[in-house]
Parts: sequence; structure tokens; C-alpha cells
Amino acid sequence: MNLPILSILIFLPLVGVFFLVFTRGDEHFIRKTSINVSLITSLLTLLISIFIWFNFDKTTAEFQFVEEKKWIRDFINYKVGIDGVSLVFIILTSIIVPICIISTSNSVSVRIREFLISILLMETLMLGVFCSLDLFIFFLFFEAGLIPMFLIIGIWGGDRRVYSAFKFFLYTLFGSVFMLIAIIFIYFEYGSLDVIKLLQIDIDQKYQKYLWLGFFASFAVKTPMWPVHTWLPDAHVEAPTSGSVILAAILLKMAGYGFIRFSIGLFPDASLYFAPLIFALSIIAIIYTSLVALMQTDMKKLIAYSSVAHMGFVTLGIFVFNINGLQGSIFQMISHGIVSAALFLCVGVVYDRMHSRNISDYGGLVNKMPFYSTFFFIFILASIGLPGTSGFIGEFLILIGAFKYNYLIALFAATGVILSACYALWMYKRVVFGKISNDKINNLLDLNKREIISIIPLVIIAILLGIYPNIILDTISESSNNIIETFNQKINLEVVKNE
Amino acid sequence: MSYVLVFAPLIGFLLTICFGKLLGDRISQILTSSLVLASTLISFFYFFKFISNDTAIINDQIINWLSSGKLSFDWSIYIDPLTSLMLVIITSISFLVHIYSIEYMSHDKSKPRFMAYLSFFTFAMIMLVTADNFVQLFFGWEGVGLASYLLIGFWYHKNSANKAAIKAFIVNRIGDFGLAIGIFIIYKYLGTLNYEEVFNGLITLNDKTISILGIEGSIISFIAFFLFIGAMGKSAQIFLHTWLPDAMEGPTPVSALIHAATMVTAGVFLVVKCSPIFENSIFVLNLILVIGASTALFAATIALVQNDIKKVIAYSTCSQLGYMFVATGLGAYHIAMFHLFTHAFFKALLFLGAGSVIHSMKDEQDMRRMGGLWNKIPITYVFMIVGTLAITGFPFLSGFFSKDAIIEATYYSQSKFGGYAMVVCILTALLTSMYSWRLIIRTFHGNFNNINLDLKDVKDSGLIIILPLLLLSIGAVSSGFAFKELLIGIDFIKFWDNSIYFKENFELKHPPFWFLLLTPMFATFAIPLSFYVFLKNKKIIDDIKARHQPLYNFLINKWYFDEIYDFIFVRPIKNIGDKFWKIGDIFIIDGFGPNGFAKIAKIISIKAVKFQSGFLYHYAFVMLIFLSIFLTLIII
Repeated sequence: MNLPILSILIFLPLVGVFFLVFTRGDEHFIRKTSINVSLITSLLTLLISIFIWFNFDKTTAEFQFVEEKKWIRDFINYKVGIDGVSLVFIILTSIIVPICIISTSNSVSVRIREFLISILLMETLMLGVFCSLDLFIFFLFFEAGLIPMFLIIGIWGGDRRVYSAFKFFLYTLFGSVFMLIAIIFIYFEYGSLDVIKLLQIDIDQKYQKYLWLGFFASFAVKTPMWPVHTWLPDAHVEAPTSGSVILAAILLKMAGYGFIRFSIGLFPDASLYFAPLIFALSIIAIIYTSLVALMQTDMKKLIAYSSVAHMGFVTLGIFVFNINGLQGSIFQMISHGIVSAALFLCVGVVYDRMHSRNISDYGGLVNKMPFYSTFFFIFILASIGLPGTSGFIGEFLILIGAFKYNYLIALFAATGVILSACYALWMYKRVVFGKISNDKINNLLDLNKREIISIIPLVIIAILLGIYPNIILDTISESSNNIIETFNQKINLEVVKNE
Repeated sequence: MSYVLVFAPLIGFLLTICFGKLLGDRISQILTSSLVLASTLISFFYFFKFISNDTAIINDQIINWLSSGKLSFDWSIYIDPLTSLMLVIITSISFLVHIYSIEYMSHDKSKPRFMAYLSFFTFAMIMLVTADNFVQLFFGWEGVGLASYLLIGFWYHKNSANKAAIKAFIVNRIGDFGLAIGIFIIYKYLGTLNYEEVFNGLITLNDKTISILGIEGSIISFIAFFLFIGAMGKSAQIFLHTWLPDAMEGPTPVSALIHAATMVTAGVFLVVKCSPIFENSIFVLNLILVIGASTALFAATIALVQNDIKKVIAYSTCSQLGYMFVATGLGAYHIAMFHLFTHAFFKALLFLGAGSVIHSMKDEQDMRRMGGLWNKIPITYVFMIVGTLAITGFPFLSGFFSKDAIIEATYYSQSKFGGYAMVVCILTALLTSMYSWRLIIRTFHGNFNNINLDLKDVKDSGLIIILPLLLLSIGAVSSGFAFKELLIGIDFIKFWDNSIYFKENFELKHPPFWFLLLTPMFATFAIPLSFYVFLKNKKIIDDIKARHQPLYNFLINKWYFDEIYDFIFVRPIKNIGDKFWKIGDIFIIDGFGPNGFAKIAKIISIKAVKFQSGFLYHYAFVMLIFLSIFLTLIII
């Protein structure tokens, strides 16, 4: 196919931005038009990504739809292409963004046009991350995503938005510096930033560890891994609902994707060397943040901490280097993308009505909002990994992979499954069940049409993926097999050399 | 047909949960009940086919559930004799409970939701027993846990109900954690999760040992051990039993269905289903024997002093489940299943009977506020007597056959702990009689003690409640007698076929006559004794109470399990969470991380401001210094 379909996909949201910038009229008109325009744009993007999915050849692990253009002499090439792993993240992104936009009109009241511009810009950048096959443009997309997110938190956030925005910005920028240095080093040492080429060569062992650490600094912050996770709760608490949704659903996944594509792919020996470090940090993340989540009084903080714990499972699964663990991690990221997005939407629904995130301000919601309570409950179940929901598949595969690698790691990680049930159900009980304790709750209305439209697709996906996970596993199976096989070959190769 | 069996309750659930308001109460009730009835009929059909050895094992693959690398398992329907027996129990009790609930919940506002949850439970339980692999079992396992959570917390305005629901879910999750670990070990060493392939592959694991947490043991023992942890959670065995009494917060039909007849027996089912694994681990079998016997005794002692009518029955359930585990621990899996089968009838009967009492008493559960009801609610009274006779093992009722079979099995046991089990089982049989009759006497005899309610207003329940009681009491009377030969008779293997694995041929020898007489004698003897001490001469009990106050407190506080767990688990965990958050995250990480950097940056910038003093000679001086350093470097 000669059509540059990936470029169209990546830059389509920018077309929407273009229209938004030039919309003129009174405030009401702008509000309405910008929502419509951005919604249509994001839905078109979704259509294209589904089109790509249908045309994607699942039987091969090769990168497909590859496009390449010279950009700055020999230094930087614009090169994009996807394999199964990238594809599922692209689809996740293009599903989440329209839902975000639908929910925006409830949660954002001022400067909605600028807000939507930021969201669409984010979509372009995130799609770019998952499509890049050149380290430099990967870096560009990866880091540029900071800016719109910074604005979303800093402008449309809550009371402490400035503190949170800067914390977010500084933390992630701190990590990126090291990745940039590593990328520049790779260019000077190997003369290319082309990912496909780099994946085929063996990077010298003496550099691998340092380069791995450079990438790790950036990815660990973005994942986020313990102990560089404290920006996440603050960012979530202050961000408006749709900001939280994008942050939790997609932004966090870019780091996981980075680990899979670059850390394991480019630096296999270093990955093996540092795996114990990752295990330690992941297990701490799972247990420590679950315990912290248990004590939270703020709903959004609780979900944010639970995100850290869930991402702990992801990093764990990636570094056990077997097919179950890797596929589990990818699945867990998709599942967490859907479920955490939904949970933040659910918190957003009541926040818009009550203007409080404090668990103690709630209680007895089920009397007034039965539909809401039902949906919220389904997502709580998915979050605690009940079989039949998407959350189970990811955790199950990761744990089974981890157990194959080392039973002790799996044993510790599996306690997270008990803890997640504790904090999630306890929060749900305090918010939804019980007697109505707050007079304001008596006047609450159940979900409106727009909220139902934004939540229903997520319910369907969360359950569908739990019952028939092969939708995703089929797509990623060849690519993930290939990643594991290449990894094993490279490791064996090194062993032979040393002998 | 097997599809209808499995999915009819699911359809009932989905329709009523989605369109409950639209359908109205009555249609929801009829819809869910008739769909469960369909499942019931099909279950009986399969059961009788297996009895007449008329059919092969049914194994339908619905769809592939998951495949990742070499790991692959299906959504499946697998029915063998063992499953067919479970199906009969599940669907028939479930159907009766559906019917019963129509009247019992008649004053409740959300009837469709209640019926929907019952149907969902039935579906999950069917999925659990019809699995052909461990993961679908796990799905059903957690699914019934979810249904139990929803139904315990059905009256969500009650804080105690919500707490009990969460407690049930989390304690069960601890058990599920064990089950999951067991599944992981199986996959690691056998590379499959399909029952048949696992059982066939076990032979390759013989004598292989691993060490987990420094403990050395055979792989099969580890698998069996962790699976049993799961079974302990679900079947409320000692240490993981604390959720079951609290679960009585739920509506009574729920207690009858989930917390007596079906869900709590899932643990026994798991052990029986995995008999090929357990048979190869003497260590775990002994552990099961000890845990089962201890639970039987321990729960019976607590049941003796409880005042809540439902809690007495709950502890009695705990205790009877202990009996079942004793049987599995002895390798007498078919006897365990037989007791599971008869127990389902008489325990559901007792619960639903208690429900009928509670219904008549306008939701009063405390036996101290009952008494003298027997001529006010005679029909319920008769059914409760039947249930009590059955559970105590009164000759020729169902409990007599199944419980005595277990006690006989302990007599001939080769196990090290057979003697312990035997003594405990006989003692527990006596205690069972005592607490069961105490319940009857406290509730139906003596003086009426309720000041809130006029005795004249106490009326027997309606036909819809009585009908299920009647059917269950038929089961409680005759199920032992009718199915004895089939399930545990000389030719028992003909029915069970390959669905249970015996390493050595199991022979049930009959112990001496005096031994056979022992338990029925206790059971019968306990009747007049109970009437004497609980009714005629209450002084004796008061005396004992007064003289052994610490012991009484120990029992009424349920051996202080909740308090101990609260002290060693719940509070420390909350404490640690709080410390991690406030000290770990806020003080250390943020304090030395971002906020620390921010502070340092601020200090530096304040210092740096001082450089810009505005005096020309300061700048000139600095320039001079750096120029000299620069020159020095170049020259060197």
C-alpha cells in the first residue's frame, strides 16, 4: 500500500487543531463547535486505526506500514511503522481520546477550545510515540507530550495545580535528560538511530549498562516506578477529569512500551543484569503503594496509587523474559488503560456534582444513582482482577510468567491481589453504600446521557477482554514471540562469545 | 442441552438485572425461577443417565478462552458423575431458594435485583463445577465469591452487612491466593491447566522435590497444599472461617443457598475433583484430616453458646464441612460427597426453616427473644424437627447414613491421625445433637420472651415458603436411605467411575456392632438430655456458666479469632500503610526529592543574587580571578 496511512493517522488530530484555531464566533458557538470538531476528528482517527487493524497482518512479526523520509540530513529520519505491540496501543489511544472529549464538556468550563487543542495535540504525540521507528523522533514525541499535559494540569487543574504541574514537569524532564544523552551516544557510536537497524545489531556490552540506565531513568519516572512515583498522585488530584483519563490510560503506557521496545530490544544483556533491580522496585511498588492506597482519604489519590501498583505488575511481567509475562504486561497495560480511565471518569461524575473528592463526604450514593453505582462497581471488579474482567487476564499471565521465572517474586506480587481487593472494595463501600450522610447527596441525579455514552464502551471492552482476551493476544502474539526469541538469541550469543 | 443447563441462569440474571424495573417484580421472579428450573431438570436428566450408566462424559468446548504461548485453555462444559451430582444439588437447592425468596423478600423494595443475584450465583457455581480446567474453576470460584459478596451486602444501608460482605470477599481472596499459587505451580511443572492433562501428567512429577521458602517437599505436596488453602477459604475451615458467621448478615435464603448447601462445599468439591493430586500426598491428606476434625469440634463448641439462631446454624455448617474434610483426608472421597449431598438438604431445610421463624417473628433473630412458638407456627416447627433429627444423625434419616459412614471410616483408618479424628468426630456428634436441640428448645419451647411483639401476631408463613420446606424435608429424610447404595455402597465405583481417583481400592469394612451403635445412641440420648438441661432445669446451665465464666467467654467470643486477627493483621497493616504514606512518600521521597531540590535551588538562587552587588570593583575582582585561572590553565 502506498498510502502513508500511519502519517495520516498521526497527524489527523492536528487537522482538527487547525480548524479549532480558526473558529470564530461567540463563546457559546465556540464551545459547541470545538467539541463537535474535536469529537469528529478523534472519531475519524479511531476509524483509521480500526482500518489499520483490519489490514494488519497478524501472521508476521515484521514492522508494517513502514514509511521513511529524510528529515535532517543523515542525522534524523522520519521513520514510522508498527508491529502488533504498537498496534494495540494505537487502538487504545484512539478509543480513549474520543471518550475523553465527550467527558470534557462536563468537567471543563473555561477555555474549552484551548483545552481540546491540548488534547488533540496529545493524541498526535502519543500516536507518534507508538509508531516511531527512529529513536530521535521517538524522543521528540515522547517528551513533547509533557507540554500539553503540563498545560492541562497547570491551567485547568484544581487549587494546587501549579505545584503539581511543576512537580510533574520537573520529574519527567529529569528522567528525559538521561535518555537524550543515551540516544546521542548511540548515534555517535553506531551512526544510526533507525530502530529496525539497531534491533539487529548487538550493542557492545560495555556500553549497554549505561545506556540502559539512561533509558531507565526516563521510563521509570513515567511508568511511574517506586520511588519516583510521587508526582502521579499529585498530578491526578489536580488534573481535570479528562486530563487524569489521558494521563492514566495512555501517558503511563508510553514508558511500558518503551521498556518493551527499547530496553529489552536494544540492551538485552543489561536488561538481564538489571532485572533484579526491576523486580525489587516492582514488588515494592505493588505492596507499598497498595498499603498507601488503603489509607487514602481522597478518591483520586487512591486510584492514582492503585495505578502505581498495577504498573508494578507491568514492569514485573516485562522483565521475566517469557512469553506469558510479556503478553500479560501488554494486556495489563491495555486493561489498566481502559479500567483506570473508567475509574477516573466515575470519580469525575460525582466530582462534577459535589465538588469534592473526599471519600468521607460521600456515602449512600446507590440510593440516588443506581446506574452509576453499577458501572462503578464493574470497574472496581476489573481493577481488582476478578476473572471475567480484563484485569484478571493481565495479572494472571504476569503472575504465571513470573512464577515460571522465580516463585518468590510471584509469591510477593500475588499478595497485591489481596491488597487491591481491600482498598478498592473499602473505598467503594464508603462512597456508594451505607446511609446518605450528606444532604447534598439527596439532590444528586443519576448519569446523564453524555456520561452514559462515555462509560458504556469502557464497560463493554472491560468485560469483552476478560471473556475473550484473544482479541488482543492474537494481535500481539507474533510480535511478542519475536521479541522474546530475539532476546534469547542475543543472550545466548553473548554467552558464546564470553566462552 | 448442556448449554441450556449452564446459560439459562445467566440469561435470567442478565434479563432481570438490565430490565428488572421494566419487567416488574412478579415477572422477574417467575422468569429467573423458571430458567433455573430448566437447569434443574437437565441436571436431573444427566444425573439419572449416569446412574443408569447410559452416557459417556460430556465435554463441550464453548470457545477458546485464552492462548498465550503454550498456555491455552477453553470455556468448557465438562460433566462427569461427580459434576452431575454437584449439579443436581446446586440447581435443585437454588430452584427451591428462588421459589422461597418470592415470599420471603415480599416486603423488600428491590426484588428483581435479589433474584438476579441468586441466578448469577447459580451460574457461577455451575461454571465452577463444569470446568475442564483450573482457570474456569477459578472463574467460578471467584464468581461465587462475588455473588456471595453482593448477597451478604444486599441490604446495603446496613453498615454491618457491608462490613461482613467485604470481610467475606477478602478472607476468600486469601484462600484464592493459595489456589492461584497452586495453579501456578501446576503450570510451571506440568505446562498445562487442563484437568485431564494435569492428572495424566502427575506421574512425571513422582518423587520430584522443590523447596519453597526454605521448605523442602515434593511438588505434588506443594500443589495439594496450596489447593487446600483455597479450599479452606471457601469452605470456612478453621483460621479462614471468620467470614462465615458474619455472612449471616445477608437475607436468610442466601444463607441457605450459598452459605450452607452449595458455595461453601466448593472446597470439598475441589479436593474430591483433584483426588489424583491429593492421593499422592500423604502429608496433605493428614493435614486435611487434622484441619477438618479440628474445625468440626471447634465450630461445634461455639455453636453451643451462640444466641443468634442463624449463627448457630452457620457454625454448625462449619462443623459439618469439617466432617466432609475428615472424609477426604481419609481418602474416602465418595463418602465426603455423600455427606455433602445429604447435608445440602438438611442444612438448607434448617436455614429456610429458621428463615420462616425469622419471617414470622418480623426479622427477629435472637433466640433469647423467642420461645414457646411451637403451637403458633406448627408447620415450621415440624420441619425444623425433621431437619434437626437429620443433622444429629437420628437413625434412618439422611445424616445418620452419611455421618456414620465418616465415623466408620475413621475407625479403620491407617492414618496417624485416624484416632484423633475418630474421637473428635464422635464427640462432635454429641455436641451437634446438643446445640441443635438447644436451638429447637430455645426457639419453640419455654416462655415467649419478646416484648416488642405480641404472641398472637406470630403466624406461620405462607404456602410459597412452606412448599420448599416440604420438598427439602423429603430430601432430608430420604436422601441418605435412597442413595446410600449408589454413592457409598459396595458397588460405589460403578457410579463414580473415573471421576474419583483411589490410589488403593477403597473398602468400607464395618466396625464392631457396639461402635456402630455409639453415635446414634449419643444422638438419641441427647434429646432428653437437652430438654432437661435447656428447659426443665435451667439452673444446671447457669451453674456451669457461672463456674466456668472464662470458658464461657472464650466460647461466646468465638475463641477470640476476630480480635486476634484484628490485632495481628488489620491494625498493623493500616498502620504500616499510614507510615508508608506519611513518612515514606511525603517526608522522605518528596522531602528529599522534588521539594528538597526546590529548596536547594531557592537557597542557591538567593546566594546567587548576592553576586549582583552592583559595585564595579566586585565584578572586576571576579573577572581578574577567573582570568588568572584561565591563563594558568592555558600555560600549563
